[in-house]
Amino acid sequence: MANKGRVIGDTLLKVENVSLGFGGVKALTDVSFDIRKGEIRAIIGPNGAGKSSMLNCINGFYHPSAGQITYKGQVRKQMRPHETAAGGIARTFQNIALFRGMSTLDNIMTGRLLKMKRGFWWHCLHWGPALREEIEHREHVERIIDFLEIQAIRKTPVGRLPYGLQKRVELGRALAAEPDLLLLDEPMAGMNLEEKEDMCRFILDVNEEFGTTIALIEHDMGVVMDISDRVVVLEYGRKIADGTPDEVKSDKRVIDAYLGVPHE
Amino acid sequence: MTGDILGFLFGPLKEIWEFPIFFVEVVIGGLLTGVMYSLVALGFVLIFKASGVFNFAQGAMVLCAALSFVGFQELGAPIWLALILTLATMLLMAMAIERLVLRPLVNQPAIILFMATIGITFFIDGLFQTIWGSDIKRMDVGIPKEPMEFGGVLVNTFDIVAALVAGTLVATLAFFFQSTRIGRALRAVADDHQAAQSVGIPLRTIWVIVWAVAGLVALVAGIMWGSKLGVQFSLALIALKALPVLILGGFTSIPGAIIGGLIIGVGEKVAEVYWAPGIGGGIEDWFAYILALVFLMFRPQGLFGEKIIERV
Amino acid sequence: MFYRESGQFKSAYAADQAMFPILQDRIGMAVILAVAFVGVPMVANDYFLSTLLIPFLIFALAAIGLNILTGYCGQLSLGTGGFMACGAFAAYKLATALPEMNIVVVFLLSGFVSAAVGVVFGVPSLRIKGFYLAVATLAAQFFLIWLFTKVPWFVNYSASGVISAPPRDVFGFYVTGIEATAEAKYIFCLSFVAVLALVAKNLVRGRVGRAWMAIRDMDIAAEIIGIKPLQTKLLAFAVSSFYCGVAGALWAFIYTSSVEALAFDINRSFQILFMIIIGGLGSILGSFLGAAFIVLLPIFLNVVPTAIGVPLSTAMIAHMEFMIFGALIIFFLIVEPHGLARLWQLGKEKLRLWPFPH
Repeated sequence: MANKGRVIGDTLLKVENVSLGFGGVKALTDVSFDIRKGEIRAIIGPNGAGKSSMLNCINGFYHPSAGQITYKGQVRKQMRPHETAAGGIARTFQNIALFRGMSTLDNIMTGRLLKMKRGFWWHCLHWGPALREEIEHREHVERIIDFLEIQAIRKTPVGRLPYGLQKRVELGRALAAEPDLLLLDEPMAGMNLEEKEDMCRFILDVNEEFGTTIALIEHDMGVVMDISDRVVVLEYGRKIADGTPDEVKSDKRVIDAYLGVPHE
Repeated sequence: MTGDILGFLFGPLKEIWEFPIFFVEVVIGGLLTGVMYSLVALGFVLIFKASGVFNFAQGAMVLCAALSFVGFQELGAPIWLALILTLATMLLMAMAIERLVLRPLVNQPAIILFMATIGITFFIDGLFQTIWGSDIKRMDVGIPKEPMEFGGVLVNTFDIVAALVAGTLVATLAFFFQSTRIGRALRAVADDHQAAQSVGIPLRTIWVIVWAVAGLVALVAGIMWGSKLGVQFSLALIALKALPVLILGGFTSIPGAIIGGLIIGVGEKVAEVYWAPGIGGGIEDWFAYILALVFLMFRPQGLFGEKIIERV
Repeated sequence: MFYRESGQFKSAYAADQAMFPILQDRIGMAVILAVAFVGVPMVANDYFLSTLLIPFLIFALAAIGLNILTGYCGQLSLGTGGFMACGAFAAYKLATALPEMNIVVVFLLSGFVSAAVGVVFGVPSLRIKGFYLAVATLAAQFFLIWLFTKVPWFVNYSASGVISAPPRDVFGFYVTGIEATAEAKYIFCLSFVAVLALVAKNLVRGRVGRAWMAIRDMDIAAEIIGIKPLQTKLLAFAVSSFYCGVAGALWAFIYTSSVEALAFDINRSFQILFMIIIGGLGSILGSFLGAAFIVLLPIFLNVVPTAIGVPLSTAMIAHMEFMIFGALIIFFLIVEPHGLARLWQLGKEKLRLWPFPH
């Protein structure tokens, strides 16, 4: 049931022969794959396969020791995370990375920071153009709040929210940036069935309504096979399979990796 | 103008070249001051290693230990009794700090704990001065202060004794850390609190022990500094110098604390003697901090600290 | 019963984002301002104005400055005194070099000078964090005080190292120098503090404040959503030092009239830090509450024991202050990290439900 009439476009991001090491430990070895505009791309693999490291490379938190990443047709050199964010990449984290001292509303508003253009002096006054800008972005954020159905917790400090809602707020913050590419690191980890279903629905809606390209890491195979267009499988930092969910499902190496057949 | 600046920068080098013996004396003086800094820094490192707390109160502990030691003697206690009573005081203080500050703040961000130790600093400064008074007290533990001569170089006997005491203390601590059961437990706690607890190491006892050992180190530092400068409030401020020492040496390394102390001691002495007169003198106040600051820009983890890998 | 928001519906986001969304708060604030500007100068005597209210206002301003850096942006600073000294000496140099310049302009410019110095000492914050940064700010503290003590140019070559505020007026009223009345000084300080507090509040509730708080709460995540860490931190250093600098200038010119660099030593830095911990980290209101507390405590220690017949010696009062500050800091860090400001808020929540607590 993958592709439900989604329009898959050209390549948005291309990872070529990327390797990453920390001291003696190799987190990624010679990994290549691409992400096309408009698709939902899943990265799966056993624990420690290098999935999160891959996302960290894509959004500039780690710099690959070899290989290159091409984004929107341009080869990226040593980009800092705030530069990739300016380029339209947003993400969520495996262990929620919200600003715990701030309310839901303020957290999502931080996602709009890149879009706010008024200068420092106007903000000193909080009046005129600065106020108009605040309100304009507040309206956008309120649409996201409606979309994610979190109106009731708008002014609650996020530190007090239950886990599932925190994940949703984090998604909201990423969406507020109107990203071209959205990276989701285990968006459903630790959720119950109902919460997972909600989250799936949000992900599909985001993709459908805003045409956002999504790359996600997920452990729940059912979910991955249901919502993604293509899947790349990593094991011990290497790519072992890449293709549609059906292709991947029947790949012998993937089955071995997941069932734990020893390497020969 | 350029000539002035060049003269200011390179003039002293000529002086050093012409009077090498004096330079050696300055360096030795610096090394011995450095040993004293290391003594204070050692207390910081112990606590940081075992509890991850950056203990701003170490300087205040030096003052408190010295005040109590002199105070007990003034009350008529002989030196050995004063020593034991002071040690008991430091142990009590360690227990109180663990119970009243560390335990309620467990798992708080490091910066909150740091600010809490600033609170401890002020509290014990106030408390001990209330008990023992704030007049400058003379401390004499019978270490001779006459200068001695080694191959034409004059050295203060007191400084040599201080260096020997510091050396012994470091060796003892190193042995304690490496070879005893408690030392192993301490290192385990330093590596990972939860893992250490799960194998049955009593975290709270360990904390009390570390703070008490840091109290012992503070007492030694207090006796040394106190005999040199008299026991007074400014001891707590001198101890602040241990902060740049730590930055240089790395927060987790005992050898780092020693070497950092020596570098700062020599650096500021040489700078003070040769370069400060050209710019008004008194640069000992800030030289160590600026040195540490410049150093931080290039090597944030210190000379011997572990490289920090950030994770998401 | 009288303090609640029921019946006050907000129909626009602007109203919802207002500083005081509840009508009673708006009235309360207006009353406070009216009393502060009109009532207080009419009833208060000189002693009350110049030993209590003026230092309170100046402390509050410095506390706002430090709160912006530490409470909002999460960068611990022990160099507040140094930045205050910067403002004081910059104001002195400007006022004596350009006697015809309006004193308001002098103070603002000296704030900018401090801001520039703050930025220089803020640069290491890119590489270092937490207590490492605290040590870096100690470098600023010790270096700046040394500079102002040792370089005679800063004190116009006066032998004593003390700077004295030249007489200056605003709209014909002297606000500095011996001819200035306590009322004029008070009103002048109050206007400065009121305007700058409003600006600070505006900053922290908008885009700029959110970026600061994001850096404070989780700097890595902040960078990943596109916040430039260095610029954001440096802006916090600049704004914070601006406030501290203006506070230092007011201190030197209005409060003490003559001052030496040592008035801004490390103890001053700690004093301001205590204000924001006790008052509330990350709260403009807390900066005022903390300042009030620190100004009032020594007076309280002086008056109360005397009143009950056990007067304390000066040294004793100083030690007691140390102990109380130390204990309170630990207390607030453990029990209520948001300080007095949070207690105030809790009080209001209770009031909102009163007289039906459930």
